[in-house]
Amino acid sequence: MFYFILRRILQIIPVIIGVTLILFTLMYIIPEDPAKLILEKGATPEALQNLRVKMGIDKPVYVQYWRYIKQLAKGDLGTSYRYRRSVNSILADHYPNSIKLALAAIIIEVIIGIFAGIVSAVKKFSFWDILVTISTTIAVCVPVYWLGMMLQVAFGLKLGWLPMSGMGDGSLRYYILPAITLASVSTAFVARMTRSTMLEVLSNDYITTAYAKGLSNNMVIGKHALKNALIPVVTLIGVDLGSLMGGAILTETVFNWPGVGRTIYLAILQRDAPVVIGGTIILVIIFVAMNLIVDIVYALLDPRIRYEKKEIQI
Amino acid sequence: MATIKELEALEEIETGKKYSRTSLYKDAWKRLRKNKLAMLGLLIVILLILIAIFASLISPYNPIERIKEDSSLGPSIKHFFGTDLLGRDIFSRVIYGSRVSIEVGVIAVGISVVIGLFFGALSGYFGGLSDAVIMRVADIFFAFPYILGAIAIMTILGPGIVNIFIAIGILGWASIARIFRSSILTIKNKEYIEAARAMGASNNRIIMKHIFPNSFAPIIVYATMNVGTAIIVEAALSFLGIGVQPPTPAWGKMLADSMSYIDVAPWMMFFPGLAILITVLGFVLLGDGLRDAFDPKLK
Repeated sequence: MFYFILRRILQIIPVIIGVTLILFTLMYIIPEDPAKLILEKGATPEALQNLRVKMGIDKPVYVQYWRYIKQLAKGDLGTSYRYRRSVNSILADHYPNSIKLALAAIIIEVIIGIFAGIVSAVKKFSFWDILVTISTTIAVCVPVYWLGMMLQVAFGLKLGWLPMSGMGDGSLRYYILPAITLASVSTAFVARMTRSTMLEVLSNDYITTAYAKGLSNNMVIGKHALKNALIPVVTLIGVDLGSLMGGAILTETVFNWPGVGRTIYLAILQRDAPVVIGGTIILVIIFVAMNLIVDIVYALLDPRIRYEKKEIQI
Repeated sequence: MATIKELEALEEIETGKKYSRTSLYKDAWKRLRKNKLAMLGLLIVILLILIAIFASLISPYNPIERIKEDSSLGPSIKHFFGTDLLGRDIFSRVIYGSRVSIEVGVIAVGISVVIGLFFGALSGYFGGLSDAVIMRVADIFFAFPYILGAIAIMTILGPGIVNIFIAIGILGWASIARIFRSSILTIKNKEYIEAARAMGASNNRIIMKHIFPNSFAPIIVYATMNVGTAIIVEAALSFLGIGVQPPTPAWGKMLADSMSYIDVAPWMMFFPGLAILITVLGFVLLGDGLRDAFDPKLK
């Protein structure tokens, strides 16, 4: 088990280095002088040159990259070109908002997704099952920002029940629409996954035995079936928490949510390379870390996986 | 020893039944035809392609023509989907918008399939170091948030439809490469490959003649599904203002334009979004159906 975890952690390192390398190359190709971004238009050539030397951007790209990696190892993400603040503090301002939104979305995903999945599995081919199947198929295809706009029109504009955008005072009302929007696709996946694993579990012999013992329907489904059916669903949700943060860019744009996705998007438009690279690295780290945790938990639950991986590598 | 054909001929004479040989693709098509949802998907896709080709015949107005006295009208007989603030007919714009979506879907996914097949073959067939390197690079692409990657590439290349092809093409190769690799790995050790090698076939010949046709089914399935994703991503990029540029009508751009007017002209946003939804739905249904048709065991 120890070696399994160690190997998975070692596999992550090249991924993260690769991401920094790609991002760094991408942002370096952009033909814009960061010194000109920072200083005002009328800056003298000397001042520009001084700043370039001070920032180290007069050096060749590999020197810059090496310096960045050394800083990164210390946890320093550099300084924003636009705001002249450290990237760490900018991200620290916005990350909590994104995490809160992602958690709200996960709650919706868990409650609605699992419930819909169970209902459609237990009442297979009923009206509810068909309804769930149709709505999950459609939910996967809906562009999230369009869904967000429709919700804004319906609940914000026409009915006036909920605020249309922003975070306001941070009360729950502001979370509802963006969280539903963000959760839509994942909820559909959770419902589908729950349905299929539940159907698989329900066809097992021990379920028949449980019914034969005279247990009630609720008891069999709630106690015997659900526990086994939810393992893959829990992993799906775990991985999703990682991807929800990166995927929030569109939702955050539509709802003007002061999160990290929107921050990175604005930084890309403003050519603020340190914010783009730093923000994305953190997203990627969260994403791979969630995958790692999920893998480890899975391996703990199911010993077969530890051995399977070895075979694949041959 | 009698060949299969001779045996079939014998059986035909004995039983009086016509013996028809079917291929994987014929079988799959038979199963696909029975799947109603998949046929609906296929119908949507064919219709969409026809709409894109004959856009100029179908649309009642020029999509970029501004009819001043008709600006920001709701849906009516004259303008089925209403008009936008500049007086452009939204129905015609939605019709023409299908062109961008289909082009992106087909060309961008085509690029990613070509890249993916090349690296998948390299990785799966030769194994060893090239396999390890390619799969680690694929890991990096998987860890990268898709939409962020697309935005970053678009910022560097600049907006425009050709750059969308490139961005989506570059980002989508990893999944195709992985699938091709794993189907090669399963096929590679089959007897008929060994037989081909024993007969002195070259690597190229084995890949092109034996492995490729037999591992292509999952590629078709995933490529079809990826078309849906590509269309959604293109719309998202255009929505964010770094995709297709005006005056070319694109659904995502139309949604972005409508955002400032959702209170005065909600119909402006309804129809382009619906068009994206139906299009993606078509490709997803068709992809699901193809998956079931090629591999009934998976269902």
